Amino acid sequence: MKQVLNNVLLRRFLISVAILAVLAVMTGPSGSTLTPTAGFTGSFAEHSSFFGFFETIRWVSFLFLAVVFFVVWTVWLSWGDRIKSGVNRAVSAPRAATQKRPIRWGIAAVLIFVALILPRVVTDPFWQAAMVEQIAVYVLLAIGLNVVVGFAGLLDLGFVAFYAIGAYTTAWVTGALPTPALFGIHMDPFFAIPIAILIAMLAGIILGAPTLRLRGDYLAIVTLGFGEIITIFANNLYGITGGSQGTALIPHFSLHIGPIKYLWGLKPVPYYYLTLIFVVLFLAAFSLLEHSRVGRSWTAIREDEVAAESVGINPLKYKVMAFAIGASTAGFAGVVTASQSNNIFPSSFTLSFSINILVLVIFGGMGSIFGVVLGAMIIQTASMYLLHSPPSGYQSSDLYIYLGALLVVMMIFRPAGLVPSRRRRREIVLSEAGEGHMDEVLTGDQP
Amino acid sequence: MGGFGHYLASHFDTLRLEFWSLFVGGVANGFLYGMVAVGYTLVYGVLRLINFAHSEIFMSGGFAGYFVMKALIGTSVPSGFATVYLIVIGIVVGGLVGAIVATILERVAYRPLRRRNAPKLAYLISAIGASYFLFNMAGKEFGRYSISMPQPYINHPVFKIFGAPVQLYYIVILIAGVIMFLGLDRIVAKTKLGRSIRAVAQDAETASLMGVNIDRTIAMTFIVGGALGGAAGFLFGLGTGVVYTMGFTPALKAFTAAVLGGIGNLRGAMIGGLLLGVVESLSVVFVQAAYIDVVAFGILVAVLLFRPTGILGERLGRAA
Repeated sequence: MKQVLNNVLLRRFLISVAILAVLAVMTGPSGSTLTPTAGFTGSFAEHSSFFGFFETIRWVSFLFLAVVFFVVWTVWLSWGDRIKSGVNRAVSAPRAATQKRPIRWGIAAVLIFVALILPRVVTDPFWQAAMVEQIAVYVLLAIGLNVVVGFAGLLDLGFVAFYAIGAYTTAWVTGALPTPALFGIHMDPFFAIPIAILIAMLAGIILGAPTLRLRGDYLAIVTLGFGEIITIFANNLYGITGGSQGTALIPHFSLHIGPIKYLWGLKPVPYYYLTLIFVVLFLAAFSLLEHSRVGRSWTAIREDEVAAESVGINPLKYKVMAFAIGASTAGFAGVVTASQSNNIFPSSFTLSFSINILVLVIFGGMGSIFGVVLGAMIIQTASMYLLHSPPSGYQSSDLYIYLGALLVVMMIFRPAGLVPSRRRRREIVLSEAGEGHMDEVLTGDQP
Repeated sequence: MGGFGHYLASHFDTLRLEFWSLFVGGVANGFLYGMVAVGYTLVYGVLRLINFAHSEIFMSGGFAGYFVMKALIGTSVPSGFATVYLIVIGIVVGGLVGAIVATILERVAYRPLRRRNAPKLAYLISAIGASYFLFNMAGKEFGRYSISMPQPYINHPVFKIFGAPVQLYYIVILIAGVIMFLGLDRIVAKTKLGRSIRAVAQDAETASLMGVNIDRTIAMTFIVGGALGGAAGFLFGLGTGVVYTMGFTPALKAFTAAVLGGIGNLRGAMIGGLLLGVVESLSVVFVQAAYIDVVAFGILVAVLLFRPTGILGERLGRAA
């Protein structure tokens, strides 16, 4: 038995079958408490169309796919290096070209142009709303979390807390909460922006200053707990936050400067342009930050904290800074969402939200701004597509099965992400070779 | 000041009256936290990282116990010997499924990274992904609402200590917990497996030079921790019911307990669990029930800030 299992090809085939079986269950029908096996049996026994070609039973399709997977795997093992080097040779010229400054500016200009005309191309109301609520705002959140996770190398699992703080600050400033509004006047959400950024930043500093001394895995748990606590408070402080009902009275953005009057209403397109402006501003700011003294300090701390300290970088100061910048971005995104949707509920500020943003950063590539934006757009578009036209057997809450699996798969096969930051990839390679000191914070025995 | 003094006085009065009944519940909860905390501490000892997916081992143990209870009990009302045998079966099945899930987890989410000597951040992220995959999968297959477990006994107060009734459920947890803790303590202290776990925890490289099979030891550590976590999941589900998200809060508290006792320290995890359970239970007097989780979190932050090595100090190698 043991000898048979040690046969490499058989093992590979069995693993292929197992992987595809898991995929079959993931995409299959749901079960329930009363019929706990219905999901599993249905995943294999149900009839389905094989990519629209012919009718068959699910297990036949998936067995076929397992064979395909097995063949691809085997071919990859013997040809993979040649394929990889071939691809590298093919893309090396374009890759070198993108390093040149004028070409980079050209690409940026084209992307901005595409972003500007996008609402003209995409006219479906679902997608227009999704572009603002689920894509633009999430891009903003992802580039904010990228500062914390990607630049400073800190795992923040309570990102949603700062987003909630931003949203609740907006409600407070505009007088939508049971508690009296700030300064007693109902202000426009535009004025909430600096206040929310400031409060989120303060919250980031208050949470970060004591906890950022800790090892990275402790930091992850403490931030996770903090995210939960904020939700608990939002849920239970009826007199202040409106409790579990939240509030639905937050006004839209509006502009009154002299003769110019404009009210952002229920239509998504004006919000799209407004958010786009902010996204571009944040992107520009973070790109500058990455190569500034601060950005280089983050890199130094991430790669070798002891060495960084020895050349006069105060690690705690820069970590708190990263934390506060990330927090303020989330706070800002909270303002946009609160004002755009008019309402906030504590139940929407969950750990799953933080994880969703984390997936965007990890998938795109920690530390790579372009990668993170691309990753956020791809994942959010895919998840919106699943929501818009769900395949049979898919429920909206199944999304996290896929996101969770994606995190594991990325960590095993492409830890630096889709479009890796060159620096990050080098760090991971060095660390795997046992030469770098990346995440010394995490490995060190000192708590 | 007078108002606050009155607040304290009246609350301490309640505390005095309710102390023993809260204490009993707290100890029972504490045993459950301790069982889960042991899983964190063991894995931390050998891998130097927090197993974020441990909550899902707990959850799978709970569901396994639920399905077994449902199949064996049906609509009958067991008593006497049947009760004992049902509970033992539930614990064994919960522990078995917990161990299986832990093994798969180690194989899929940890071992490929270990082979590559990946940075620790990668382990954390991969474990978070696995956790999300597992509990949402459970939600998809078994429904997303809470279900109460068929009871293998009629839960009634068995005896009183200082006027506080002690329910049968608490006694079950107590007996199971004491047996598991003592058994684990002996395993780690006396057996060959325990020696290799301690050796890997002290110095993995030297241990491997001395002929300890690191891969096997790590796998076994996951199995032992997973078995306890799964069994705790069954016992927890017996009282509170099972739902796909059931692992999250108890696991966060168990982690707090592990840190409180000194992460990497087995006896510390047990003591930390008991302490946290009792403190949390007693705090009901002073804060609203909704803020109980905040208390546990406050304890976690306070321990991390003021005594990050916990009560008994870190290091699996030195303890036990």
